[in-house]
Amino acid sequence: MGSTGEGFGRRDLIKRSAALGLISVPTMSFLSACASGGDTTTKGPAKGAVSKENPFGVAKGGKMDVVVFKGGFGDDYAKAWEAAFDKKWGTTSTHLGTQEITGKLQPRFNGGNPPDVIDDSGAQQIKVDVLAKGGQLADLTQVLDAPSLDDPAKKVRDMLIPGTVEQGTQGGKFVALYYVYTVFGFWYSGKLFKEKGWSEPKTWDEFLAVCAKAKEAGIGGLAHQGKYPYYINVVIMDLIAKKGGLDAMKAIDNLEPNAFEGNPAALAAVEAVYEVVEKGLLMPGTNGLTHTESQTAWNQYKAAFIPSGSWLENEQLKQTPEDFDMKFLPVPVLADSKLPFEAIRAGAGEPFIVPEKAANKAGGLEFLRSMLSREWSTVFAQQANSLTVVKDGVDPGVKLRPGTQSAVAAVKAAGTNTFNYLYPDWYSEMDTEIQNASNELMAQRIQPKEWIKRAQAAVDKAAKDPNAKNNRRS
Amino acid sequence: MSHVARGTGRGGFITGFLILPLALYLTFVIWPYIQTFGYSFTNWSGQSPTFQFVGLDNYAALMKDEVFRGALWHNLLLLVFVPVITILLALFFAFMVNAGGRSGAGGVRGVRGSGLYKIVYFFPQVLSLAILAVLFGAVYRSDAGGLLNGFLTKLGVVDPAHPVEWLNEPNLVLWCLLMVVVWHGVGFYLVLFSAAMQSVPRDIYEAALLDGAGRAQTFFKVTLPLLWDSVQTAAVYLGIAAMDMFVLVSTMTSGQFGGGPDHHSEVMATVLMRNFLYFGKSGYACAMGVVMLVLTMILSIVTLRATRRERIEF
Repeated sequence: MGSTGEGFGRRDLIKRSAALGLISVPTMSFLSACASGGDTTTKGPAKGAVSKENPFGVAKGGKMDVVVFKGGFGDDYAKAWEAAFDKKWGTTSTHLGTQEITGKLQPRFNGGNPPDVIDDSGAQQIKVDVLAKGGQLADLTQVLDAPSLDDPAKKVRDMLIPGTVEQGTQGGKFVALYYVYTVFGFWYSGKLFKEKGWSEPKTWDEFLAVCAKAKEAGIGGLAHQGKYPYYINVVIMDLIAKKGGLDAMKAIDNLEPNAFEGNPAALAAVEAVYEVVEKGLLMPGTNGLTHTESQTAWNQYKAAFIPSGSWLENEQLKQTPEDFDMKFLPVPVLADSKLPFEAIRAGAGEPFIVPEKAANKAGGLEFLRSMLSREWSTVFAQQANSLTVVKDGVDPGVKLRPGTQSAVAAVKAAGTNTFNYLYPDWYSEMDTEIQNASNELMAQRIQPKEWIKRAQAAVDKAAKDPNAKNNRRS
Repeated sequence: MSHVARGTGRGGFITGFLILPLALYLTFVIWPYIQTFGYSFTNWSGQSPTFQFVGLDNYAALMKDEVFRGALWHNLLLLVFVPVITILLALFFAFMVNAGGRSGAGGVRGVRGSGLYKIVYFFPQVLSLAILAVLFGAVYRSDAGGLLNGFLTKLGVVDPAHPVEWLNEPNLVLWCLLMVVVWHGVGFYLVLFSAAMQSVPRDIYEAALLDGAGRAQTFFKVTLPLLWDSVQTAAVYLGIAAMDMFVLVSTMTSGQFGGGPDHHSEVMATVLMRNFLYFGKSGYACAMGVVMLVLTMILSIVTLRATRRERIEF
């Protein structure tokens, strides 16, 4: 190597560029993704004659452009729908199933040539409120007021599960059809239960008893997706809602100062979950497992119960043994609960939208109307093993997979006894903090009283946010 | 006159070559820095084009943010331990592979099979961080299916009903991650140091050998001083890895963008990303970015100053 003089040696160069790298690597560059202004070339929309059977005036033989999020539900259901749509209307559908909704569609929205129907879901969805504010979404109220395909005497609006319209409304306009109906609770193997002679627990004490029996039999009682405390949080929150009633749930969503602290229902719920941990009824090691690892272990009969939403069956399709007989169980109730055992947390997901500037907007609207028919809803239940927001939307003659079947039965049994928390959508920071506390609770690093304290602190912190005033439920 | 003309001519020539890279650098590195700086004084949410100027509020909040302070502390811990452990191990192995052998008549060579070792140690370096995360996810898995737990259970050290939840133990998680970085890095620096050692003239070693120097003496009195330049470079590179850590932490630990359990593995980059993308506090996250920039700038200056030494010519 050279001397220590002026020379700019190779190593110096490397060192200096490395030092520069030291500066530039962690400091990430934040280029704001600016959406360019839209251009307003409108192609002459193909229009057919409006009639009772064709309320939006779909032109026969047109083109349909469908983009769906290809996630946990796959996209086979959409292909089946498109085939059915093409058959009825003589259209030619182009299909795209993708995870990169934003990447594929942002340029098309900005260019003024969006698809006709979009399932705007997944981690890379374009936020529905952003699209709505930009005037990109068609008003779907006309779909609600159109006659239902199942019973032309009724409107589509009357065929939906309550809450669907509220959830998809932005600024007073119904713009997004949240289509997939998800129920939350525990899941177990009917085969395992039959084999061991266990019966479905309806109270928390019975639940603990089954877990204890499972432990004696050499398997874990409760498995949970420990790396993602979201799941065990569902159990805690559902216990609170069931024990304290809807008021206890609303107190949390409305960030009341006594949402957790001084709320006996909350303490009872947390103590109930903690009892599982204290008695050693967790599946060993479950606190550190991912959702895939823990759910697969449960599929291998290493635990009796696991909490999840009703996407579980489809998610675990490949790992589930043929004779597993997956069954849904509403979260069992504590003593003196205000809601019955059958009550379940239920909510809609997967927003379907029709762009305002869609080339075949009428086709898009008709597509959504068809989705809200029993026929298409049944197709979805079969292909994606999940429920839809169509009331009683699955043909009873159709054979569903056991898990979906039991979820359908649970929805029926619950009737109007459904509830759904809104705070995870409204206050992601609070949600994260409560999840952290739950993770600590499950690892026995904090006690239930400390959990209550931390959860209340998260609520109080969220309440200080000036935006919190806009979110209220009654 | 001719002198000036030649000067500008050469200057223009050099500028001609530099203008494109410089333009790229200004657009993609400097300009985002300036933007980040600007956004750090606003309450920008990241989702909408409207925001307000809030002055130094973000920085004031940052001073009180215990999560961020914890993350900073973890980064500093890693900054000390990652380079030190990796370099020591790599130096040791490189020395053994190149000059640790003691057989043969007067020759200086590595221990037996050193060619094989060199290749084997380099293996981890060819794996991407994403693969590493999956691989070590299986090693640290928290039930009996994990490699470590399975092994320790077989040995009877760990009770199968209470396996060690490696990445869910507040006191272990950071060290588990540190191990991954070290395992990944040692091979590369072994090769780097080997190359440097091979450029050290044999006769110096032979002279040391003749003077009766043992392995340890040879290493500390001969090898290390002659390798100081490479060690310095290695320290800066490893410093970069320690200040970043985003990929490993965010994929291997619990929490949105990792950092769990309960912030015990948090690093600055994970806190930043969570605030930026998940909590919708992008302005606040930009303030974090600015703080990181300042800290790393100070650190790199300190590193380069502190490791400056007399260079030995050979």
